[in-house]
Amino acid sequence: MKFLNKALLTAVATSSALPAYAQEAMTLDEKVNSIFAQFTGPFVSLIFAPLPGTSFPWIVLWLVVAASIFTIYFSFVQLRFFGHAVSLVKGDYADPDDAGEVSHFQALATALSGTVGLGNIAGVAVAVGIGGPGATFWMILAGLLGMASKFTECTLGVKYRNEYPDGTVSGGPMYYISKGFKERGLPGGGALAILFSVFCILGALGGGNMFQANQAHAQIAGIVGDYPGWITGLVFAAVVFAVIVGGIKSIANVTEKVVPFMGILYVGAALVILVVNYDKIGWAFGQIFAGAFTGLGVAGGFVGALIQGFKRAAFSNEAGVGSAAIAHSAVRTKEPITEGFVSLLEPLIDTVVICTMTALVITISGQLLIDADTGLYMLDGSAIATVDGNSGVALTSAAFGASIGWFPYVLAIAVVLFAFSTMISWSYYGLKSWTYLFGEGKASELTFKIIFCIFIVIGAAASLGPVIDFSDAAIFAMAVVNITALYFLMSIVREELRSYSERLRSGEIKKFAH
Amino acid sequence: MTTKLVIGMDGEGSGDRALNFATDLANRIGDCELLVAYVIEWSPYSFQTAEENAQRHKRREEEISTAMERVVEPAVEALKKNGMKASGIVKHGDVAHTLNSICEQAGGHQIIVCRSSEGGLTKRIFGSSTANLVMSATVPVTVIG
Repeated sequence: MKFLNKALLTAVATSSALPAYAQEAMTLDEKVNSIFAQFTGPFVSLIFAPLPGTSFPWIVLWLVVAASIFTIYFSFVQLRFFGHAVSLVKGDYADPDDAGEVSHFQALATALSGTVGLGNIAGVAVAVGIGGPGATFWMILAGLLGMASKFTECTLGVKYRNEYPDGTVSGGPMYYISKGFKERGLPGGGALAILFSVFCILGALGGGNMFQANQAHAQIAGIVGDYPGWITGLVFAAVVFAVIVGGIKSIANVTEKVVPFMGILYVGAALVILVVNYDKIGWAFGQIFAGAFTGLGVAGGFVGALIQGFKRAAFSNEAGVGSAAIAHSAVRTKEPITEGFVSLLEPLIDTVVICTMTALVITISGQLLIDADTGLYMLDGSAIATVDGNSGVALTSAAFGASIGWFPYVLAIAVVLFAFSTMISWSYYGLKSWTYLFGEGKASELTFKIIFCIFIVIGAAASLGPVIDFSDAAIFAMAVVNITALYFLMSIVREELRSYSERLRSGEIKKFAH
Repeated sequence: MTTKLVIGMDGEGSGDRALNFATDLANRIGDCELLVAYVIEWSPYSFQTAEENAQRHKRREEEISTAMERVVEPAVEALKKNGMKASGIVKHGDVAHTLNSICEQAGGHQIIVCRSSEGGLTKRIFGSSTANLVMSATVPVTVIG
């Protein structure tokens, strides 16, 4: 690390000798990549170890089984309370006397700004590029089931948050694990909470930081031409540093306002492409269904499609991971379960709507090469061959660009803003875990924030493979601890659900006249 | 029967004109109660960072306390010095909608406000708070120029 900083500073200081240090910088990127892969390899291997005798990673099964159990345990809460969740977001049940506090809409929007982003653009492209259109089917299914996981963790997040005398709040899995286990007389809550915090810090540095920086660089380089990744990393790190350390809120405020519009623009553009290519939508859904159960020639067959779909869905909507519980815990409500209802909309918007849009556009764009004789996808290594050899965000960009020529430029801006917004959100999640471990205090917080900024540079400089692997591994490691705790605490949520349902039915909980 | 007048303050000098008008009107009416109201513009549909959300309750309390100290309490004191029965309230929300709600809840008979200080694009797109209040209020509204 010391070497990296020294090298970067030297390179910047000697900017007059551009060709010479450009050559050196490429070497630097490769070195960073190699060192990074070496350090993270064992951790990644452990998290993605296949089930004995299969190629199916145990972690994917872990997430899907949990989401299925929560769905059944709460009797399909995502369907039964969907309408009520929409009413809550609209503010129908908001007490006018609480005006000025964090509303359900704001908590949802904040959580979404941390999840909607590159997972929806680049992650889906990775899933479809390797698992084929069939991965979309499993992604949607994972999204629908994941709604129940999100409901469980966000209810607990609000119920067991810390409310400090000065009015600020801190919540998340580390708090509900330690408090919930203590309340139920279960041992090991403190250790699990610490373990979660450690993984959350790694997740913040991986998926919430390095993956974002990496893909943002790929997108910018795709537009302006290739250049060393650490340059993008330094620029991003400087801006993030200005916000999280310098407290320049205006940058974050602008981003928080622009990002939702970019999201709407993205979905709008996808809808326009789908409308223009309406004759291919039926075929695309046919590919999705056929691919889901046959694979249509992708590596690993339908199991390959399933693994990719589930993996990318989990990475995109973070259901079961526990990060959303940190974001949702700030809402002002007397009923913790209401935030659980609101949070179940998150995987729906993120995965079922936005990810599906991306997958459909990639499928109908013709970027994935199909063997005309067999109707199966052609392979380039383990991934599907594409028109220009694109993968990740470049594939999504090419797919949108095939219909709307200028859209890659808009997408580049969207990717940068999404990446930035996600980094800001995850810097907060990581910070909360950091302060849970090391205590509140300026020196402690500054240490984490500086580490966070350094990892932006590393993420932008490393190549896609090791970064994605580490990002996934860190995020999924959070899910291992969080879901274990949710199994022990889910009966508390069921009691909340029973009590709330009864009072809602009896009319004790009423809509407010606004 | 006591007549209740709600005075909408905007935190600027123009609020004094509304206050003076209300005092004069109350003196003419006789049995009158004045409610000084200040609404902090706020929307439940705005976008905030996670850190802002975590600190929102604290900020809200600070905003209410600042508005009370700087705008509402001095106005209430001034009215009381003039022999009026007066009280104050600070709320968050859409200015026009919230002022009307305050008036309805207090059983007010009239709202007195000054001409809006907004301008530019905001006014063109969303209309001024005063104009919106005049259009939507359920009680008579007096606008002081």
